[in-house]
Amino acid sequence: MPKLKLPAPPIPAKLNPRPARPGSTKTGPLDVAAEAGISAVDWVDERTSISGAARWMMFRKVPKGTNWFYTLGSSTMFAFLSQAVTGVFLAMYYRPDAAGGAYESIRYINNEVFLGEFVHGMHKWGSSVMVILVFLHMARTFFFGAYKYPRELNWVIGVALLILTMAMSFTGYLLPFDQRSYWATIVGVNINGTGPLVGPYLSDFLRAGPEFGATTLSRFYAIHMLLIPGAMAALIGAHLYMVAKLGTTAPPWIKADSPVKKEEKA
Amino acid sequence: MNQREKERYLREYALLKQEGKPFFPYAVAKDGAMAAVVMLSIILMSLFLGAELGPKADPTTTTYSPRPEWYFFFLFELLKIIKPANLVPLATIGIPTICMILLFLLPFYDRNPERRPERRPIATTAGIFVILAMGYLTYEGAHAGAPTQIDMETPTTLVAAGGPVLEQFETGKQVVAQSGCQACHIIGENGNDGPGPPLTDIATRLPKQAISRTLVNPTAPMPSYKALQESEPEKFDAMVTFLSQLK
Repeated sequence: MPKLKLPAPPIPAKLNPRPARPGSTKTGPLDVAAEAGISAVDWVDERTSISGAARWMMFRKVPKGTNWFYTLGSSTMFAFLSQAVTGVFLAMYYRPDAAGGAYESIRYINNEVFLGEFVHGMHKWGSSVMVILVFLHMARTFFFGAYKYPRELNWVIGVALLILTMAMSFTGYLLPFDQRSYWATIVGVNINGTGPLVGPYLSDFLRAGPEFGATTLSRFYAIHMLLIPGAMAALIGAHLYMVAKLGTTAPPWIKADSPVKKEEKA
Repeated sequence: MNQREKERYLREYALLKQEGKPFFPYAVAKDGAMAAVVMLSIILMSLFLGAELGPKADPTTTTYSPRPEWYFFFLFELLKIIKPANLVPLATIGIPTICMILLFLLPFYDRNPERRPERRPIATTAGIFVILAMGYLTYEGAHAGAPTQIDMETPTTLVAAGGPVLEQFETGKQVVAQSGCQACHIIGENGNDGPGPPLTDIATRLPKQAISRTLVNPTAPMPSYKALQESEPEKFDAMVTFLSQLK
């Protein structure tokens, strides 16, 4: 059975537990618990070999000079996760019913459900925060030249994620079905309709017909909570895999110590 | 970027990576701190700004002026700047689509191996320009009143004359703008041209009394302003005065 060795956290030698004296077989309850945990992890690892992937992901090196600008991507993903979690809770109460059920269900969430307006507010403002973070992350990538070789494909995936984020916001805006969302969406769909060639078809697809009707809302709802989140999760996975594979860039002004310098230091 | 430049970059990057620190725990700690900041700001925004629900959607209203979410304001504003009907598709679809394609293909046409922003003057200038342009359009979009606004100069003769007529003209302009007339009528640069007739030069076609009569007793589907005439006659008179000055 392969033994999994837990990586030692970087703490001073004084604080590290002393090794047991040779020959002593006494094991405390703590050792038993640790042993049980390790063997459970080992059991999973023996069947999946997942520890290699985890080690590859977590213990890869990030280049010298990595600073706070490099947290924008992960915090965008965090905002996405927050949207997913709050969205699930909202979906438990929401009804995509254009005849008045949608509006009523949001009112119910706001007024009756425990912490309902709080979760609704987190979802609503979380979308603004996510859009801001997406743009900041993109600006960092642009100004640091991080989209250049060998990370071109990751930039393309990122732009697709930006468009999907905007599509999320557009489809989500209709769901409360108040005046604001209804009229803004009518205008938005009509704007799509002015596009060349595919424009009219796109509008018909979004509206589920030539008129803004009862099925439009459920269509927006399905796009908002099934189609786009699925696509985004898959693309975020690919984006993340490539980040780990290619490594994050160093800030463009950071230079590696030349071998000559290293020798001087040594 | 040619083969030599690619190899040079990869070599340099390998060195930088060697001199770096492990992702866990160093980068994870920073990411975690940033995630906490994000979570906290979302929670605070939710607590202080709430999630108010507006009035229920009513497809029969025509006076409601649509507002998109704030991060679409720049598109909204672009649409308003470009007014000629044959150029509208350019604003709605053309420019955004071109921008998207340019964004997608960025790594394929920017083949300069240099990465420092100060040594890529064109890219850096373009980036700053785009940020400023979007910021400006968003700001303008946030302050614009959509179709409930009339951008019309007060005629100089009226300004010179002054007095109650000028006052009525200004009040009337506001009343007309808020009454949703522009859902069907075009006034100068604002409003929809149709189904109602243009009001830009209505005074050349109708005398003041006829305008007043039409407002009270219109042809369908225009709504009657009789209720306004009875409840707030001064507002109604201001409206008539304003319209009767449009030549």
